[in-house]
Amino acid sequence: MPVPSQVSKRRGKRLVSRRALPYLLSLPALLVCIGILVPFVTAIYYSLQRYRLSQPWAREMNWGDNYVRFMSDSKFWNTLVVSLEYAFLTVGFELILGLGIALLLQKRTKLNNAVSIMLLMPLMTAPALAALMWKLMTNPGFGILNYFLTLIGIDDFRWGASPSSALFTVVLVDIWVYTPFIMILLLAGLRSLPTQPFEAAALDGVPRMQQFFRITLPMLTPYILTAALFRLLESIQQFDIIYAMTQGGPGDTLTVFQVEAYLNYFQSTNVGRSSALLLILWAITFFISNIFIKNWLRLRERARGEG
Amino acid sequence: MEHQSKLETVLRGIALLLVVVFFMFPIFWIFLMSLQTNETILRVPPSINFEPTLSNYRALITGKLETSAASLEINFLQNLWNSVFLSVASVSLALLLGVPAAYAFARHKFKGSEDIAFTLLSFRFAPPLLVLLPLSLYFQKMGLADTYLGLIWVYQLICLPLILWIVRGYFEDISPDIEYAYRVAGHSWFSTFRKIALPLAGPGIAAAGLLAFIFAWNNFIFALVLASADKQPVTVGALAFITASGIQYGQIAAAIVMSIAPTLALALYAQKYLVEGLSLGAVKG
Repeated sequence: MPVPSQVSKRRGKRLVSRRALPYLLSLPALLVCIGILVPFVTAIYYSLQRYRLSQPWAREMNWGDNYVRFMSDSKFWNTLVVSLEYAFLTVGFELILGLGIALLLQKRTKLNNAVSIMLLMPLMTAPALAALMWKLMTNPGFGILNYFLTLIGIDDFRWGASPSSALFTVVLVDIWVYTPFIMILLLAGLRSLPTQPFEAAALDGVPRMQQFFRITLPMLTPYILTAALFRLLESIQQFDIIYAMTQGGPGDTLTVFQVEAYLNYFQSTNVGRSSALLLILWAITFFISNIFIKNWLRLRERARGEG
Repeated sequence: MEHQSKLETVLRGIALLLVVVFFMFPIFWIFLMSLQTNETILRVPPSINFEPTLSNYRALITGKLETSAASLEINFLQNLWNSVFLSVASVSLALLLGVPAAYAFARHKFKGSEDIAFTLLSFRFAPPLLVLLPLSLYFQKMGLADTYLGLIWVYQLICLPLILWIVRGYFEDISPDIEYAYRVAGHSWFSTFRKIALPLAGPGIAAAGLLAFIFAWNNFIFALVLASADKQPVTVGALAFITASGIQYGQIAAAIVMSIAPTLALALYAQKYLVEGLSLGAVKG
């Protein structure tokens, strides 16, 4: 536990300058960020306006109108549903796969360490570029994945170009990029678990399956929760992979929040609707991030207490 | 330690193999593609039996793209340079601003410090477009639109919270007693910070800086909204390049390889720091 500056208490003489010091140290960082807070407030203001860049003369306050209209706007509901589908599908699969791989790599052998280093590579690939890589591999003309599919008898699978498989395709790319993140977190968690409960269980002859569900999983839960919430926060805001892969298409199959807001702003120049969409997304992320931060701080305290 | 049955060893081996294939194959395949001409890429069935050529890389470096229709000028090296410059400058600025602030948050529990720290962290989680879209209008008025300065400033949104939070954790782990002892010996506050706190938090600063660099390099949306062609980093440049070059698949693959190689090399070189930074200091195993 850090002790609040004892030095300052004992040196009464220079109390004033010592008090100012922490503020002075953090001021530059704060100023840079406040410059970024201003646009945030502006976005709230825009969201309460009828505002199209192409019709500046018609700009006026319409208060909550943009939000009220969402209620009966099927495109909005599509955005909400697709965003949630994307977020839960990616995080769900990544958790299962990440946990499975972490269990596989739990023992500290040379081979396992080499594999876990290898798995860093997709995570370090820019998501937008990862989408382009998969786009090349799923190209209808020469895509290697299409070729593999023909080997097992599936012809003409159209990946991101078909409404029925577009969501699957971007979720697959997301899984490729981000599963290693969850794996790393859970592997660190697994390796930091105390060994006594497992030794005791082994002595008592508790079956491995039962050990996993009764001991490993409960003890790992805080790590799983942290990883899941963190990924959920990012996933519901995903833009790079979807935009680089299909630009939200085909049609409005993949118009998740940020993609829809981007298209609203740059294609239909509807600043009001775009801002309102982003504020709703912000409200969702604010809600998740509060749970996440609380959970994460608890985990951190625990890690400190034990280490 | 339980001993494993033969069957289990085999099953584990197969699972491990599948994991490696799934995660490594795309990188391996794109790399192979980058060494081929269009002719061998388009072969049916695909085969890894080909004469490797560096012509795609040569075209990207010289900036001359020969298509069947005409010769096309491309400036991929400019994108690469933009990525290097933007990432290095942003991380340097973020370290300069963030490390002292992290120290202040760790050592002095001043009024409102927790609130400020949380506000900064929550930036990390806000939808980037929410800030970017109004900002692009402001930037046009302020003359910052499409400048490196404006971009570096916005990149602080990625780099600063990361550095602040990771480095703060490391400063908190250093016992204040060491610093106190040094100060009692008559050293100034600043030399205590420089000689004691900074070196002890060194690994944390390295991890945070490395991670911030990779996130800055991999960023796509900021430059997509705020930068025009000559300021765009590789992430945005590669997408534009695909539209421009059409069917020169070998060159697209080579551009992707050149764009991801720096972060992959960094990741392999410093994987230990990276894993620590990624778990945000939450898990010390």
